[in-house]
Amino acid sequence: MSLLTSLARLRALDEGIAQPVATVRHCHLSDRPMVFIPLKLSGESAAPLAAMLGTDRDRPRLLVVTQPRNRDLRFAWAAELAGVLLPYVESFLNDTETVERRNADPYERALDAPQIVVPNLTGVAFTRLLGRSTRFRRSDGPYPVPEAVPLLGRWLTYLGERAAYPGSSLVLAATEELGRHWASGQSSLEDANLAALLGWITTGPGDEAEDPLIWPPAGPATDPGFDAEVLAPAIESGSAERITEALRTQVEPTWRLMWQAVDLLAALPAGPSVTQRWEQDRGSFSGMAVHLAEGAPPQPRRDGAVTAAAKLARMERAQAAYDVQRAYDDPLVMAEYRLTGEAFAGEVAETVPDHTEGEGRSRKLRPLVVIKTDDPVRLPPGTSLGTPQRRGQGAELVEAGEGLVTVKITKGMGRGKVAAPGAVPEVGERVCYTSLTDDFQGSPALPEAEATPWTHGGPPHDYVPDDEDAQEEWS
Amino acid sequence: MSGLKREGDHVHRLEALRGATPQQPHDARAIAALAANPGCTRRALMDGAGIDKDAAARHLGFPAPFGQSPFAITRGNVFEALVKADGCAELLRMLRELLGLPVAEVSYHDVENVGAHLRHAHTRALIDRAASEGRDAGTLYDHPLLSMEIAGHTAYLEPDVVAFQLGGRFHIVEIKSFAVIDGQADPSAVAAAARQAAVYVLALRTLLEELGHDPAKVSHDVVLVCPENFANRPVATLVDVRRQLAVLRRQLTRMTTLDRLLEGLPDDLSFDLRPDDDGRPTRPVAELADALHRTTARYAPDCLSACDLCFFCRDEARQEGASDLLGRQVRDELGGVASVAEALGLADGTRDPAEGQEEIARLLRNAERLRRECLT
Repeated sequence: MSLLTSLARLRALDEGIAQPVATVRHCHLSDRPMVFIPLKLSGESAAPLAAMLGTDRDRPRLLVVTQPRNRDLRFAWAAELAGVLLPYVESFLNDTETVERRNADPYERALDAPQIVVPNLTGVAFTRLLGRSTRFRRSDGPYPVPEAVPLLGRWLTYLGERAAYPGSSLVLAATEELGRHWASGQSSLEDANLAALLGWITTGPGDEAEDPLIWPPAGPATDPGFDAEVLAPAIESGSAERITEALRTQVEPTWRLMWQAVDLLAALPAGPSVTQRWEQDRGSFSGMAVHLAEGAPPQPRRDGAVTAAAKLARMERAQAAYDVQRAYDDPLVMAEYRLTGEAFAGEVAETVPDHTEGEGRSRKLRPLVVIKTDDPVRLPPGTSLGTPQRRGQGAELVEAGEGLVTVKITKGMGRGKVAAPGAVPEVGERVCYTSLTDDFQGSPALPEAEATPWTHGGPPHDYVPDDEDAQEEWS
Repeated sequence: MSGLKREGDHVHRLEALRGATPQQPHDARAIAALAANPGCTRRALMDGAGIDKDAAARHLGFPAPFGQSPFAITRGNVFEALVKADGCAELLRMLRELLGLPVAEVSYHDVENVGAHLRHAHTRALIDRAASEGRDAGTLYDHPLLSMEIAGHTAYLEPDVVAFQLGGRFHIVEIKSFAVIDGQADPSAVAAAARQAAVYVLALRTLLEELGHDPAKVSHDVVLVCPENFANRPVATLVDVRRQLAVLRRQLTRMTTLDRLLEGLPDDLSFDLRPDDDGRPTRPVAELADALHRTTARYAPDCLSACDLCFFCRDEARQEGASDLLGRQVRDELGGVASVAEALGLADGTRDPAEGQEEIARLLRNAERLRRECLT
């Protein structure tokens, strides 16, 4: 959190209403998101209790494990869940585009991809655990489960892992996305309560958000009071209907909140880089589908050293790119860098569009721009700069001081003797320059998995699914 | 003499604070939480006096937001029973693998077999014998009762099991029902378990020291027993709690001693709930709230998961417009500007910075200028 966000939180607290910390939406929002609210049995790591889900806000599906301790019913529930989620996921596989690649074969990329929206980060974690507890099952052998269950497990595992990938929108946690766009007047700990956070954003804070009788927790954990007073007696009674109705009261309020969150995010205009990141999501999704179609084994319990290192490196690069893209897309995010002196903005005071450097054949066009700024600039001369106003352009800081900064444009102003029209900003134009650049970073050189050195455990064993995995207890 | 007298005063004063309310004993979780916010005078006093904070919060109309689900309690009990069944047979199997306890020489003592009032003395005697004999005897002590001096107040602690290992080192065994899935567990759950276990390690070390033994006989590696994956089968892991021990020790010593806190209190101050015959508090709510307001709390959002009084203190922080409400991170960022109004005044430029606030004021004004520029 930066001082800018802290100030927004103070302002929110003072005014009794959340304050924006973004001017555009930084996540992709699907036309047909699948809202998914899972509930789990308290005290268990991944015992499902119920889920409310669907793509139509008026027609939620409620799936309930009517006897939460019964293993068979748990798998029947997972099969039911697969019956809703898999057709949704697979509906995106048919329409594809061919993507040409340099040094590689072209591949098919889905034109659109699924988007699962869960209430909070614990919902994401539970989705991943649900994937872990179902992906190793088998439809044959001693403990057969419905065929769709292991497939569901592999998709949920994939989606759960992808959720950790910076900038990915295949899985959104409502509280996280709202928190990225609004600052409430409460602590980030309290922001994890969806009802409370939405309250701050829409009407202002209220105590009822924390009253489980009015707004039950958004899952996956249920309210202990509900467990003791409603659910336990209902389970005791053995009435499936009573249990179902009890659980419905716990998810229905959250269902409404989830769509409210979707609407709030949808009302923001999408940032320019959102399409680009969604394209990566679509590519990743298609890759997973191909992987499954080729009959690859379920994801291993743990990644091997090389896979893990490669994954981490990819995530680090994605995080860096995501940070830069958000700043370029959103002046309010860029303001954080202006505050720390890594960026500055202001009005163009003077330009020398035909300035050149060097002599003879090495003579190069280097237009100069002088910007008047109130920002504290903490960049040394020679720093490479980029600008959100002209994304392809590169510049370099010449000198800074007394509220005036001189930069020279080094790249992206055309190849002619004079700069291309519009390449050099006009006097009076507002511009912003920053040392943040989304430069391509090469991936680290990692050995093939088979060549993993002994320091990292040696080559990983290929995962061979065995009966033990398929029969693993789920109690 | 004067020392004794002061001690007497001190006990007397704490009794006065508690009044007719029965004393609430500490447990390891409470001590671990206490160490998490050692600067909170209100909590130190209430805990020192042994006031039931949960009851007080309820009576004040700010019941604590945490309860435990009966399902979680059942699951925890079932799991602990499973681990300890047949004289800790399952636990022994795991300890053998993990610590190399010899098979034949393990004996099992259930300290609970003696009456509750004798448990602490009995634990003391058993540990003393084990430590002085120093034979290569592996022994498990189930239901031991340790004690610890917290802010001039004795708290009794019940670790799940203490294992005495070959080679003369004691290990604390902590049984928890959160799952370890593919070698990974919820980090916050593990951290909480480690903090709690550190309290036991410290208590046992103190006991050994009092008995004239080497406190280092208690290992800083505790044995954490959890269910593995999605089944009920337990798995044991060694957790190094040196860091938690250091934090705990530092914070316990740093914790303002009750003596000093008590000295500054008005004579008529009391946290008495005045329970009736059924234990229901009868003290007027406004009077109790007033008494609490006369002590200083240090609210932080982390209190919401640790202290029964959190909602009361949060409400107080709201009334005062304290920037504590937004969390430590915001507070740190504000560099000690304590109130919301003050911070916003500095940002707007309607308030002049006090000495030492120039830098933060400049930053806040700049941040305000940038926000305005971007939002209009």
